[in-house]
Amino acid sequence: MLSYRLSSPVKLTPVTEHDLAHFSKFLQPSSIISTLSPNPSSQDELAPYNSDWMGRYKGHSTTVLKPKTTQEVSEILKWCNAKRIGVVPQGGNTGLVGGSVPVNDEIVLSLSNLNKVRSFDPVSGILVADAGCILESLTDYVAPHNHIMPIDLGAKGSCQIGGNVATNAGGLRLLRYGSLHGTVLGLEVVLPDGTILDQLTTLRKDNTGYDLKQLFIGAEGTLGVITAVSILTPPAPQASNNVILALPSFDNVLPLYQTVKRHLSEILSAFEFIDRTAYDLAVKHGQGRALSEDDVEGAECFVLVETSGGRREHDEEKLSDLLELLLSADKPLVNTGVLSQSPAQFSSIWALREGVTEAVSKEGKAYKYDISVPLSSFKEVVDNTREHLRSKGLLHDKAVKFVLGYGHVGDGNLHLNVCADAYLPEIQDALEPYIYEVVSKYRGSISAEHGIGAMKTHALPYSKSATSIELMKKIKHIFDPQGIMNPGKVLE
Amino acid sequence: MRPTSARLLNILVPVKSTSDDALEFCRAVDYAVKIRVNPQQTGIDTNVKHSMNPFDEIAVEEAVRLREKLKASVKTIKAVTIGPPKSVDTLRTALAMGADSAIHVEIAESGPSPEPLAVAKTLRAIIEKQNGAATDAKDKIDVVILGKQAIDDDLGVTGQMLAGLLGWSQATFASKVEIDEAKGEATVVREIDGGGEEIKCKLPIVITTDLRLNEPRYASLPNIMKAKKKPIEKLSPADLGIDYTPQLETIKVAEPAKRVGGGKVASVDELVQKLKEAGI
Repeated sequence: MLSYRLSSPVKLTPVTEHDLAHFSKFLQPSSIISTLSPNPSSQDELAPYNSDWMGRYKGHSTTVLKPKTTQEVSEILKWCNAKRIGVVPQGGNTGLVGGSVPVNDEIVLSLSNLNKVRSFDPVSGILVADAGCILESLTDYVAPHNHIMPIDLGAKGSCQIGGNVATNAGGLRLLRYGSLHGTVLGLEVVLPDGTILDQLTTLRKDNTGYDLKQLFIGAEGTLGVITAVSILTPPAPQASNNVILALPSFDNVLPLYQTVKRHLSEILSAFEFIDRTAYDLAVKHGQGRALSEDDVEGAECFVLVETSGGRREHDEEKLSDLLELLLSADKPLVNTGVLSQSPAQFSSIWALREGVTEAVSKEGKAYKYDISVPLSSFKEVVDNTREHLRSKGLLHDKAVKFVLGYGHVGDGNLHLNVCADAYLPEIQDALEPYIYEVVSKYRGSISAEHGIGAMKTHALPYSKSATSIELMKKIKHIFDPQGIMNPGKVLE
Repeated sequence: MRPTSARLLNILVPVKSTSDDALEFCRAVDYAVKIRVNPQQTGIDTNVKHSMNPFDEIAVEEAVRLREKLKASVKTIKAVTIGPPKSVDTLRTALAMGADSAIHVEIAESGPSPEPLAVAKTLRAIIEKQNGAATDAKDKIDVVILGKQAIDDDLGVTGQMLAGLLGWSQATFASKVEIDEAKGEATVVREIDGGGEEIKCKLPIVITTDLRLNEPRYASLPNIMKAKKKPIEKLSPADLGIDYTPQLETIKVAEPAKRVGGGKVASVDELVQKLKEAGI
């Protein structure tokens, strides 16, 4: 098989004042932020674009471009392709694997100014929106039409739909509505040479050869820049409820999942797992209101169950029957729990789960592993990681403070977080390749929903065969022979 | 002289079922967002989920906390609501939080929402009924705790009217409540502009709750199950001799004018010109 070595395929060129002069011919002055002449901005203005929100990855870009139209994106890429200037597409910059920040001095192409809804069909529920639309504002846009976005994440207030699609983000509604590979109906993509690939169809069914758009979903901006998305939004559920259950042992999670699935069937919309450490951290950092001391006593972990359905009475009856069954069982799977009584409590219960990410960041420096492993191994993976770090003498105040697990049980997706006092090379060495080897042993995925970014390129072989990686490189070469698109991400 | 035997408290907590609108999907904690005016412009859109008025939730919590603090001195906590059959859910929530029993004054689903004066009169009737029948002072209701206002109509007068009708002490906008049942006194810190005002009142008393008084607890599953078995007495307006025919007419409810986004100007001159155009 022919091999394309893309690790350092071509020497990329830094952006110069000459390039800026060209960009200013078709971009408005407000669309260019650069430390270069003629209107140098301060480093501070560039800083938010150069680093990720966790402060783990830092680039050295001198120039951020914020085009307002697809045509402008095309002009930018055409020029960069000819000049071999690296380009990092950036949405809300909320990623967790350093995929949206430059590794060197590439241009940051921010999609924030492409932020208009192009159309919405209230009958079919198909929404066509610019890539820079913020997820939450799209949720608000379709809400009056009684629809919701098929995707929901903790970062919804900042993340952009283009970034969601480019990274194939998963999130909290995946159990119910499936992945973006299913809900995205069409894309508009600007290819590295400036060609605009218009596949912005609104068809549910379209079996006409290769489904090219799928390649861009999860490509993390390495094949082209997504400028617009056509997505199928489901009808809004008329009633939602949630309950958080305290479990005496992790061993009960799987039997509980089976019971809950059987009794709630079509109204089950989330089944989330939070271990005790994650719960305690969320509470410590004010994410949602804590359960009472009595309720959490003796709980090893927690499960959040959400229902969404068409009729309140029906859903509440089902949920109530389930809870009664759980509490009255001879050997109860749950100690106790809390059922939300109002929208405020509904939010507060969700905040306990969604706030874990933020709580971990507030507590210290986070090493985040987002892995798919068999459900039965969740606890083992977390406990073994903790023991592994202990055996290396790294489990103390000045190194690793907490090892915690939470995630989407329904999707077999565990978020394994290691919260440290500081990012230290010895911690990094203790965690990798250890965790990747564990995942590989279970035939799991090293990145269930966060992507590869800059963080996991070296670890790709733990989840993908050599043949697969070879093919991925060929595809990359077809779309981006100059290697300008998001260099250093996904593929080494 | 006051009898030396400890006085027992019977607390009545009136609760209202209010609409929370589309909040349940947007997971916001702010109650105020996304309230929509109904098409007839006579009120807000109420075709949505109902749950307990948040200020009333605080009232229930405070009653339960008083019991936790004063133990057996709090003899009963009774929740009461006036509403259609569905409002029984709100009473179940109050019972799950720790109320002992409840009264449901049932009205028709389609009828108008009772006005504050009628609500206050209903509460007075309930209190007089119970206190009139009481053979022992220990069975009399002597504390009423309710929200300072409902978040749907924002009228905020029921507590004051009730205290006036009964001739009881009133402590409104409470952010701290202490009751000395032996002395028959309540010390209440009230929210006022720029600070707090501490007042001492004689029981019986009507207390209305403000936001900072406490943070209501979740209803735990075992307590929700227990609440299903707690007694709810059903009464009709006729039983209490109350007429809910409205005396107020809402002429129009309108949303605030939409804010229009600002614009950027490139220079001072342009700014001055724009200001002139705007007639400033």
